[in-house]
Amino acid sequence: MKTLVWVEHEGGAVKDATLSAVTAAAKLGEVHLLVVGEGVSAVADAAAKIAGVGKVHVADDAAFGHALAENVAPLIVELMGHHDAFIAPATSNGKNIAPRVAALLDVMQISDILSVESEDTFTRPIYAGNAIATVKSKDAKKVITVRGTAFEKAERDGGSGTVEAVASTGDKGLSSFVGAEIAKLERPELTSAKIIVSGGRALKDGPTFEEVIFPLADKLGAAVGASRAAVDAGYVPNDYQVGQTGKIVAPEVYVAVGISGAIQHLAGMKDSKTIIAINKDEDAPIFQVADIGLVGDLFKVVPELTGKL
Amino acid sequence: MKILVPVKRVIDYNVKPRVKADGTGVDLANVKMSMNPFDEIAIEEAIRLKEKGVATEVIAVSIGVAKAQETLRTSLAMGADRAILIQTDEEVEPLGVAKLLAKVQEEEGAGLIILGKQAIDDDSNQTGQMLAALLNLPQGTFASKVEVEGDSVSVTREVDGGLETVKLSTPAIITTDLRLNEPRYASLPNIMKAKSKPLAQKTPADYGVDISARLETLKVVEPPKRTAGVKVADVDELVAKLKAMGVAA
Repeated sequence: MKTLVWVEHEGGAVKDATLSAVTAAAKLGEVHLLVVGEGVSAVADAAAKIAGVGKVHVADDAAFGHALAENVAPLIVELMGHHDAFIAPATSNGKNIAPRVAALLDVMQISDILSVESEDTFTRPIYAGNAIATVKSKDAKKVITVRGTAFEKAERDGGSGTVEAVASTGDKGLSSFVGAEIAKLERPELTSAKIIVSGGRALKDGPTFEEVIFPLADKLGAAVGASRAAVDAGYVPNDYQVGQTGKIVAPEVYVAVGISGAIQHLAGMKDSKTIIAINKDEDAPIFQVADIGLVGDLFKVVPELTGKL
Repeated sequence: MKILVPVKRVIDYNVKPRVKADGTGVDLANVKMSMNPFDEIAIEEAIRLKEKGVATEVIAVSIGVAKAQETLRTSLAMGADRAILIQTDEEVEPLGVAKLLAKVQEEEGAGLIILGKQAIDDDSNQTGQMLAALLNLPQGTFASKVEVEGDSVSVTREVDGGLETVKLSTPAIITTDLRLNEPRYASLPNIMKAKSKPLAQKTPADYGVDISARLETLKVVEPPKRTAGVKVADVDELVAKLKAMGVAA
């Protein structure tokens, strides 16, 4: 089987989510990559070095600058003429583009796979991860998104793929990019961090959240996350959200501060290796999944912890 | 301008789903069902656009069992003008749903189709994007802000790194994220009024769409369970544990 993997990149570098997708694709067969963007030759060169990669298709065009699904999907459909599976990491780009490709190919997409059982059979989470379904695809071609935390990352080095330019399919004129407010990260990125400190609604407001959570995160070299309640209340922006519909994370250590443990939050972090919960309510559901729990007032406990580390 | 809003009847988001012992699926017998939360946000956004004078009519559509009528009545009680139920006992996959919705759009000619970004049962996150593909329309997914400006619509999207704004020509497809709005509760008088609003009943065959499943579910199991660990008495004990794990020096 020949697979085509969407390369997620930013600032000229291949993102980790791509490496997990490559591992999933390698279980199906030959791995070809697709680098789409404007001025992406450095990305293509980096992608060609990923272990196990064959061809790297590069579509470099202004129409692809912001990965608009309307422009990118027709390009992928064309390339799918000689590939058997399109595989994208379940990033916001992957989730935006893959279903558009699937419908154009008349294929039912398999979202957010956790494992590859065979060429046509996969497991995926349903009901916020409260059930795991094994599904078999009857479509001749496959369109798949991959949950990054479920697959090891392929090595960034050791590969010797060949870079090949593909012609642009042009701007379809349906949509245009206006602007972006992308947060400047001073800390590790959530989806690839080894340690995450997350705060919940109990943090009261934005300044308090920063005052309590940020110093602990910095002491641990951790990324900062938040529950949906904290994001909805405006303490931190949307890109901090961990949960069923936010980011799915599985760090070595996840520290949940003032988070009660709603089903949709657990769905985003329960595959973390070690979960530490700090909450004043000893009956909070988060303690049912936590490896280490500390019952106490977070406003006293967290600064004390930060001080003692 | 008309706005079309597809809604899905799903397990209530407060209910913890239980996997059936025979591994065929999740037990939905005698379980509270509600409108998919993202679809409530979609209905709310459509109604607000009507209240602002941007939209003239809001049409709710559901594909599912006879009881999906309840979900449509909820949409009507919130403020939708009329509803269409495409009734089937089959489980229809996002691709089939998108094909049916494409047919509905051919009849209705809506200026915007606003959908929830994902249903909290199958967590697919596909239908809106697929519908956009089938109709060759632009898509503004994971929307946290929608502004209609003449014959285009500007959509602010929640993306991995933050927010992104795109401009789409209309007709356009929008899928809602959590922070687009806070859906209203239907008032009692509006619930009563909704009972007499028009609800058309159709079947997939009426639209000539093949909805046979492309994915076969072989089994459904519970995920590996985490068990509660230990509670520590104080911060010193927690620090000791972190040091033992090598997390802290």
